[in-house]
Amino acid sequence: MPITESDIEKIALLAHLDITEAERKMFAPQISEIVAYVEQLNAIDTSAVQPALGGLTPEGEQTESSRPDEVQPSLGQKLALDQAPDGASGHFRVPKVLG
Amino acid sequence: MESLANLRTGIVRGETTARKTIETALDSAERLNDELNAFLQIAREGAVKRATEIDQSAGKATLSLAGVPIAIKDNICVTGMQTSCGSRILGRYHPPYNATVIERLLATGATVIGKTNCDEFAMGSSNENSAFGPVKNPWDTSRVPGGSSGGSAAAVAAGIVPVALGSDTGGSVRQPAALCGVVGLKPTYGRVSRYGLVAFGSSLDQVGVFATNASDAALILQVIAGRDPHDATTADVPVPDYPAMLDGDVKGMRLGVSDALLGKGLDDEVRSAIKNAINAYKDLGAEIVDVDLPHAQYAIAVYYIIATAEASSNLARFDGVRYGFRAEDAPALRDMYRKTRDEGFGPEVKRRIMLGTYVLSAGYYDAYYLKAQKVRTLLRQDFAKAFERCDAILTPTTPTPAFKFGEKVDDPLAMYLNDIYTVTANLAGVPGISVPCGLSAEGLPIGLQLLGPHWSEANLLKLAHAYQTANPISERPPVFAD
Repeated sequence: MPITESDIEKIALLAHLDITEAERKMFAPQISEIVAYVEQLNAIDTSAVQPALGGLTPEGEQTESSRPDEVQPSLGQKLALDQAPDGASGHFRVPKVLG
Repeated sequence: MESLANLRTGIVRGETTARKTIETALDSAERLNDELNAFLQIAREGAVKRATEIDQSAGKATLSLAGVPIAIKDNICVTGMQTSCGSRILGRYHPPYNATVIERLLATGATVIGKTNCDEFAMGSSNENSAFGPVKNPWDTSRVPGGSSGGSAAAVAAGIVPVALGSDTGGSVRQPAALCGVVGLKPTYGRVSRYGLVAFGSSLDQVGVFATNASDAALILQVIAGRDPHDATTADVPVPDYPAMLDGDVKGMRLGVSDALLGKGLDDEVRSAIKNAINAYKDLGAEIVDVDLPHAQYAIAVYYIIATAEASSNLARFDGVRYGFRAEDAPALRDMYRKTRDEGFGPEVKRRIMLGTYVLSAGYYDAYYLKAQKVRTLLRQDFAKAFERCDAILTPTTPTPAFKFGEKVDDPLAMYLNDIYTVTANLAGVPGISVPCGLSAEGLPIGLQLLGPHWSEANLLKLAHAYQTANPISERPPVFAD
């Protein structure tokens, strides 16, 4: 199915990307071509096949990965905020949420 | 370059020092960086300090990698250094913790000399997607080193470091290893912890090893493999003594070859190098059997649905709030997200985020994502069936040797098809290794790939070691450290 520039606009909105007009014009044919390529999968009959959700091996699936519910040391507020573009008084400061 | 074992012995016996070894690696990294652009950060001060401590340490004889210099792809967290993922959106982000693989390497005396350049968020096959300029191939600087772990591959190929770490989501260790003429190992999914590796495709990603030979790769895998409580996808499977398995005896081992994988689209010189390698294995006493992977032809299609879907979800965290870059002059939160991500991400990352968002969006999920996961099951079944007949499958690593910069940059699909031989291993979760198997007429490296059943790294390393011992490559790239 061809992907139009207006589809690209909609996808960009869903993906939180503010793309330019030039990018929209570039991406529409490229993503169309990739989507057309992946549609070759439609030729395979998968009606009796279970999807492989996740990448685990059988041994990985059998591995117990929970731990006792005990408090363990974590990063702490100072370190967690250390790399923030705008940290303030123990919080991440962001522009206003409601317009 | 000296083997890791010799390097370490020399340091432990006092014939040389860790400091001298590390300073040599740092000097080479700095001297060659204008030409190769392999490093995004060279950490001289910290590395020299650490090497001095190792020299003075009373317990250095107990350290299996005492004084060994190592380079780390810039998407693996090392405290005190940047983790940019080759992206402006992270820039000079400094992680507050070490990846588990780094903790384990440091505990054995290895010293990180710097962070290597890569395609942005490990998305690419040529390194041209790095926001900080591409890495050059040491064999021919007008050609790509491969990707996405191109900096790590080039650093080992140019003799700057004996070993390096990268990450492999669809071939990002094996493909640059092949194009740069070094060994590249992608372990079984769940063999090595992903904690501290910046996520791209979580069901596909594995940390991998670059080395000049299989013995050195075995030593590094020995240190980094195993269960990690910080990564729930690591499996509780015993770690064998990899170096001890490299006895050179591959008599009676069965190697699977698929004629379908040696057909259309494969460069003639690569085909002939692979046929020579098959004969070399016969000479070593291995048995060659035919195998069929009927769904391998669909692997790129499956991969680019699953990998982009996972990437679109994983990369949602880069929003200008908690770390990294934030765009200025955005009046409201939503504008800030969109502007930050538009200015912070490069075109390939945006393309993949959008493709992933599309295949997961309402109305299309079943047609694309679910369909791809079903074909992934079929591919896994192909491998399981093939491994009933053989110990490993031998294929080319890449369809061609290193290509020129700019050759495929405007055609994303052509670039993706470069991963045709490598993506299958990530989809099936099986381990793979690329081993240098000759040079083209133009003097460019060619790699063979061995794929094995889950947890068969020991066999792959053994096969690689036997081949390299019998068929050493003595040529060095024109850009080399000494």
